[in-house]
Amino acid sequence: MIRLSHIDRVFFVGEEQVHALADVSLEISAGEYVAVMGPSGSGKSTLLNILGLLDRPTKGLYQLENDPISALSNEQQAQVRLNKIGFVFQFFHLIPRLTAAENVELPLILAGIDPGQRKPRVRQALESLGLSDRARHRPDQLSGGQRQRVAIARATIMRPSLILADEPTGNLDRTSGNEVIQILEDLNRSGISLIVVTHDPALGERAKRNIVMTDGQILSDRQQAP
Amino acid sequence: MKLENTLHFSIQALFGYPARTLLVLLAMAMGVASVMVLTSLGEGARLYINREFTSLGTNILIVLPGRSETTGGPPPLLGQTPRDLTLEDALSLKKSPFVAKVAPIVIGSAPVSWRQKDREVTILGTTADMFDIRQLTMGQGAFLPPGDPSSGSGIAVIGYKIKKELFGNQSALGEWIRIQDWRFRVIGVLAKKGQSLGMDMSDLVIIPVASAQSLFNTEALFRIMIQAKNRNAISTAKDAILRIIQDRHDGEDDITVITQDAILSTFDRIFTALTFTIAGIAAVSLGVAGILIMNVMLISVSQRKSEIGLLKALGAGYSQILQVFLAEAAILSMTGALLGLVLAFLGTYIIARLFPYFPVHIPPWSVAASVLTAQVTGLIFGVLPARRAAAMDPVSALSRR
Repeated sequence: MIRLSHIDRVFFVGEEQVHALADVSLEISAGEYVAVMGPSGSGKSTLLNILGLLDRPTKGLYQLENDPISALSNEQQAQVRLNKIGFVFQFFHLIPRLTAAENVELPLILAGIDPGQRKPRVRQALESLGLSDRARHRPDQLSGGQRQRVAIARATIMRPSLILADEPTGNLDRTSGNEVIQILEDLNRSGISLIVVTHDPALGERAKRNIVMTDGQILSDRQQAP
Repeated sequence: MKLENTLHFSIQALFGYPARTLLVLLAMAMGVASVMVLTSLGEGARLYINREFTSLGTNILIVLPGRSETTGGPPPLLGQTPRDLTLEDALSLKKSPFVAKVAPIVIGSAPVSWRQKDREVTILGTTADMFDIRQLTMGQGAFLPPGDPSSGSGIAVIGYKIKKELFGNQSALGEWIRIQDWRFRVIGVLAKKGQSLGMDMSDLVIIPVASAQSLFNTEALFRIMIQAKNRNAISTAKDAILRIIQDRHDGEDDITVITQDAILSTFDRIFTALTFTIAGIAAVSLGVAGILIMNVMLISVSQRKSEIGLLKALGAGYSQILQVFLAEAAILSMTGALLGLVLAFLGTYIIARLFPYFPVHIPPWSVAASVLTAQVTGLIFGVLPARRAAAMDPVSALSRR
């Protein structure tokens, strides 16, 4: 499903070149559950951004479902993000003035789907995450775990084939963190590919595949024993 | 993303930051309102002058001694000593079939007294025709009687204010007043009437023209006011007047004839130009409001960085984000303009109540122009922030909270 070949990502900090990613090649098949770990500055966030089409590689080829992504225009990439990728962030990134339901509805609005179809889909998504009674609450009226669940509802409302989670439990207590991970793993079991970037080794252990990065390169890539 | 959704999203964003939104709306409203109020004042001044000229009488021509090249200008100060206009000149104008009424005017200032009261007053020497030409109305008594203008008599018509000041509440009719060393009997009092064109008709004494000539010891007329037969006769009357006087002045073309229309159209042009100038100046405030919109939108863009990053991550393209922010600018300027309309109508209503004799009304073109300008500036100044938002790098936009 995902194929990265010889990806470089170079930033310029002042005069100096920083290789955030150096010659990274990687293949991830559909439905996989991958944890990307490593110290800060190792390039794992850059990898996630490139996988999520938020960033473009300086060099190398990225194929998503056999389409060469790098060749697409910005608008086309936006379409791919809209339809195929769901993001879950450490800081939730809910829009504070919108209710939970309105936040979840956003991708549907961006896709230009009729209101008549939007409402039931949003209701269903919130229901499946146990948030029905929170639909009309604004983010500041929700707990951290509830916010992240709203964010997950938003990430999945377009039925993407890939979910990218950047420290999804980084801002949550252990209980709600576990809840959130459970939900993500449930989604993975239903066939959606899941890539989680994390510092937390316990979290990494749960994934079926572990990728450890340092200095912009893949240090180890191993499958967990089933 | 459909238009109604974009608008809905933008409106929600504007309600999300009420203080900022209100400030921008206020600035826009003030800009639009000032354009409209100021143009309504300019337009009011034009209408006011128009009305003043109509109150001067209709189909009026004014004959001045001396030749001047430009219509409506003052007689030349240097060069030639014009020949005086005489009473005979004035009376001869009655020969023309295009001339309906002729009122020669001698004007001067003299002390007027009744019993112990005494004051300096403008004395207007004229004939019975003046009554119709200036469209005067009598309060009491009668105006100067028609008759041979070249023989004077000791009768006077006094203005409303003079009557009040000299006689108070007593009747003035039939009383004898003294002007300089001459005695005049009051035969009429003018009705209370406002100023017209700087000449306060309530603050003067009208006596027969021949009497005024003796009083001021002059043959010369200050000017002659003429009423043409009708509107179409004005230009023919003008030619006739010029020809008649030229004949009488040994072929010398030494008078100036001003038509009311010419003066009116000159003033009209001046005040229209003035109104446009004021409108232009006021439009600057609209520009300022536009810049304010830009500022506020720029602040909004940098404050909502993570929101923009999120929208991009969710799959919003460049044009969608551009539309969202342009819609915000458009809504701001549109609502501001509408508020400005309300403010302007309120303002002119208050002005109209405070100054009832001054005709204030907002010209329709200024409504259209100011609302349109508000829209255009709002959009133009909204483009830069919107483009900045749309071009934002999602990674850095999302990296900070």
